[in-house]
Amino acid sequence: MTTTTEAPPPAAEDAPQVRARGARKRLVPYWLLLPGILWLVVFFAAPLVYQASTSVQTGSLEEGFKVTWHFAAYWDALGAYWPQFLRSVGYAATATVLCLVLGYPLAYLIAFKAGRWRNVVMILVIAPFFTSFLIRTLAWKTILADGGPVVGVLNSLHVLDVTSWLGLTEGQRVLATPLAVVCGLTYNFLPFMVLPLYTSLERIDPRLHEAAGDLYARPVTTFRRVTFPLSMPGVVAGTLLTFIPAAGDYINAELLGSTDQKMIGNVIQSQFLRVLDYPTAAALSFILMAAILAMVTLYIRKSGTEDLV
Amino acid sequence: MAVLRWLRRHLVVLAGLGTLGYLILPNLVVLVFSFNKPNGRFNYEWQRFSADAWADPCGVADLCGSLGLSLRIALWATVGATVLGTMIAFALARYRFRARPAVNTLIFLPMAMPEVVMAASLATLFLNMGIRFGFWTILIAHIMFCLSFVVTAVKARVMSMDPRLEQAAQDLYASPAQTFLRVTLPIAAPGIAAGALLSFALSFDDFIITNFNAGSTVTFPMFVWGSAQRGTPVQINVIGTAMFLIAVLCVLGGQLLSGRRKRS
Repeated sequence: MTTTTEAPPPAAEDAPQVRARGARKRLVPYWLLLPGILWLVVFFAAPLVYQASTSVQTGSLEEGFKVTWHFAAYWDALGAYWPQFLRSVGYAATATVLCLVLGYPLAYLIAFKAGRWRNVVMILVIAPFFTSFLIRTLAWKTILADGGPVVGVLNSLHVLDVTSWLGLTEGQRVLATPLAVVCGLTYNFLPFMVLPLYTSLERIDPRLHEAAGDLYARPVTTFRRVTFPLSMPGVVAGTLLTFIPAAGDYINAELLGSTDQKMIGNVIQSQFLRVLDYPTAAALSFILMAAILAMVTLYIRKSGTEDLV
Repeated sequence: MAVLRWLRRHLVVLAGLGTLGYLILPNLVVLVFSFNKPNGRFNYEWQRFSADAWADPCGVADLCGSLGLSLRIALWATVGATVLGTMIAFALARYRFRARPAVNTLIFLPMAMPEVVMAASLATLFLNMGIRFGFWTILIAHIMFCLSFVVTAVKARVMSMDPRLEQAAQDLYASPAQTFLRVTLPIAAPGIAAGALLSFALSFDDFIITNFNAGSTVTFPMFVWGSAQRGTPVQINVIGTAMFLIAVLCVLGGQLLSGRRKRS
């Protein structure tokens, strides 16, 4: 006996009523979706469309803005701010690679080596999420301070001479240089790399490692041919979760950099909140969005993983 | 030679621990500098030990006011996003309907969009509709970007749930409401809790979207941002440290609780 028989088989005149109940049942998911989706449409999707129209407006704050299909805003914005665009992509890409290089061993450690310490390490990775990240970013000012211990050690090892020659730092300091901004970006987005990596590493059957060892694969070969390919979904998800927010970030460049390290986020912020030039700000954020979407699509195609969410 | 071999064998562990150190280091610096007595307005250089800031964490004008505002916004944003997000997650996990792919895309996009873009476009909308920036605009924005995270967390949990459990409840003559309240909801609860916790943390800590949509209202992250220019009071480090400790204690407590439940 699997189901309860609530009613005798419907007679002919009951049929429309049953059909009505079926239709109402079919509407259930839509009723569940309605409020949330409405919220997203009104406060997420519609503003994006609205912004697209703002980017082709001309005018000023005093006279008001009018849609004139004036696409010059895009060319002007690109012409004036292409260095900031390139810098954002460069910094974000560097930070993403660093996150992968630094985050992989940590994720590997949690997944395979931590044993009964796994939960403790996990807490230490997640806990910074719950502290204000602005405060932690400001702490990097103390860590990288001129004449502080970090700069002192780097200096006595002549590391700063090399990075200065490469253009990553300037003279004897780290603060207000590209190195500081990339360091802050890497730090801020590292958990977003570690968690997806850990999730995909954890799913790997440890017997596959044993099998590779039984087939005389050396640890490096096992990693290259078995572990890393199987962790690809995590690598892809982690890369996206780091690169996208890093490319739009303006906090690290503002707090740890100088005017020479401004990223595109800084430009959008000052155009919108200080200069009050809304069409330019809209055009810039539209270009940023389009560029990121294009890069992400290309990257997902190349890496061949489609099940991201 | 032995040392080298040891190093090589434990290379992964050492590198992992190094990264962990990199993640924790700023928290330690925040803790240490909460006991500093700075010379002048900025708290970036160690001067001498003092527990003054811990004795009087609200001693700076507007600091605790902004903290309270952030807590209130985070609380309401969590409630809003969790309710709306859980409903969407159930619809997506339980029903097959035609708009499903479109809804999935709409949920995914806010997570894959640079915050600056969302922030600027929402602010443009508010500006043009003549809505005054403040508590409500911040709350609307926060519910908007927390929603996707709740949906993802709850959906994952509901999808992995065994549908036979609900069938069993119905076989035992449970009404739909009883089935939902006594079977479905308890099983989905960890996902809902995870989504709510994430919402709270994201909302409380958000700076970029709030910066565009707050007007002259000052939340805690905005207070910290402003203080970076004006001079950072030591109290900020006190609050940062307290937040870190509370978070660690909460997570540890949760671990202990779930561990005990598993054993019993």
